[in-house]
Amino acid sequence: MLNLYTRRRLTNAISLGVSVLAMLFGLFWLGWILWTLLEHGLPGLGAHVFTQTTPAPGSSGGLINAIFGSVMMTSVAVLIGTPIGILAGTYLAEFGQRGWLAPITRFINDILLSAPSIVIGLFVYEVYVVKVGHFAGWGGALALSIIVIPVVIRTTENMLRLIPNSLREAAAAIGAPQWKIITFVTLRAARAGILTGILLAIARISGETAPLLFTSLNNQFWSSDMNQPMANLPVVIFQFAMSPYADWHSLAWAGALLITLSVLTLNIVARVMFRQKTNTQ
Amino acid sequence: MTADQIISAPKLIVRDLNFYYGADRALKDINLVIPEKMVTAFIGPSGCGKSTLLRTFNRMYELYPKQRAEGEILLDGQNLLDKKQDLNNLRAKIGMVFQKPTPFPMSIYDNIAFGVKLYENLNKHDLEERIEWALKKAALWTEVKDKLKQSGTGLSGGQQQRLCIARAIAVKPQVLLLDEPTSALDPISTAHIEKLIDELKKDFTIVIVTHNMQQAARVSDFTAYMYLGDLIEFGDTSTVFTNPKRKETEDYITGRFG
Repeated sequence: MLNLYTRRRLTNAISLGVSVLAMLFGLFWLGWILWTLLEHGLPGLGAHVFTQTTPAPGSSGGLINAIFGSVMMTSVAVLIGTPIGILAGTYLAEFGQRGWLAPITRFINDILLSAPSIVIGLFVYEVYVVKVGHFAGWGGALALSIIVIPVVIRTTENMLRLIPNSLREAAAAIGAPQWKIITFVTLRAARAGILTGILLAIARISGETAPLLFTSLNNQFWSSDMNQPMANLPVVIFQFAMSPYADWHSLAWAGALLITLSVLTLNIVARVMFRQKTNTQ
Repeated sequence: MTADQIISAPKLIVRDLNFYYGADRALKDINLVIPEKMVTAFIGPSGCGKSTLLRTFNRMYELYPKQRAEGEILLDGQNLLDKKQDLNNLRAKIGMVFQKPTPFPMSIYDNIAFGVKLYENLNKHDLEERIEWALKKAALWTEVKDKLKQSGTGLSGGQQQRLCIARAIAVKPQVLLLDEPTSALDPISTAHIEKLIDELKKDFTIVIVTHNMQQAARVSDFTAYMYLGDLIEFGDTSTVFTNPKRKETEDYITGRFG
């Protein structure tokens, strides 16, 4: 019969071992994905990717139109989605204690947060693309912004709720009206967290394919007209990867690597920023 | 002789005050007079209602939907519980410092300027003068005068609390409410703040809630002992501490209870 202390040490060692194994199992797949991406993507990654537009099969080309389109549509989506998200999240956190509007908004937002992106793509197709009669970059941006909004609402609300009530009380105690309390004190105190949420939303939409397939579609050529079909990395990857041409495959790998690296960078930046901010407070 | 008669210049008069957290009655028919430019301490065991009473003086409870007060609190003769009273103006007249230091996420300078700018339109020079005045009053000026642009959250706990006091007095309130202002501080910072309270009572009417009976004895002129939402005893501090009228007060003060 083992004594109690030895038994506890043993249980501890076993639990720790199982946890480490589980972590390694998860990391293994992530590592494998990254490795595969690097292996296939790196050879295709060169200056031409950033200088030439997507080629016809058999000719040489790059991804510049797709990169530009992705950046354009993501930026517009963030510009539309962030103010709405921050305002709605602020409402939920700061005014959402009373009444029926806030619980309903929160519930709908939760549904929107987990809505399949293809549904959002179809929705924008129906209300925008069908109405204007052609695929367009604006439609893509609109679909992406619908994905951004719930993410930003959720993080804004959560971050504002982390601000202790004592800070609100302190601002109220010197006679500040509520709008000043919110803009100058609570939103400021929560700004690192909210910014992190925005970065994570960007990371989330930068790989979305389905909503763009129905809205901006794709464009073989350089186009900065948001009113026309617009090239973007996810859809290019999808089309090129499904094609039978080797040079298209190589570009698809390069695009996949680019997206992954930028999402990875965004995530790391978001985390570092959030950590620095929370440390100084 | 009741305390009401001793006090020649009442600043706040509390009449038949009842307070409710939802259905719970947390204050029961409180009647009390807070004298002008003196320090009044509220003591009593946890949950006795002393903080609740303090928070009715600037209607802080109105931030929360289910809390309400009934009765009268007269500030210079005007009922501040009256719905017609402008809440923000009231809070500019009655400042408050909390248990935990609550510097705003901005520079030391802006922490103090924030409140001043709400009610006065000072030019840069006057504003700077006011900030210096408030920081000197709060005995913090020498420590921070070279780093006014640095974040207020970077100061030590005791400094943060004095910054909060400076912020409260910078708007030139008439009454200063202190809700356990030293309970999160070390003895040296506590001594700083107690000395400060003694200084500040020349200009302000001060009400302090404290868990520390020695502190109440040291800093206050009048003391109110509360228990379970009732005001058990109120009088000048030396009487309450040396010769309490009520058995309950004596039991609490001598440590037999609470």
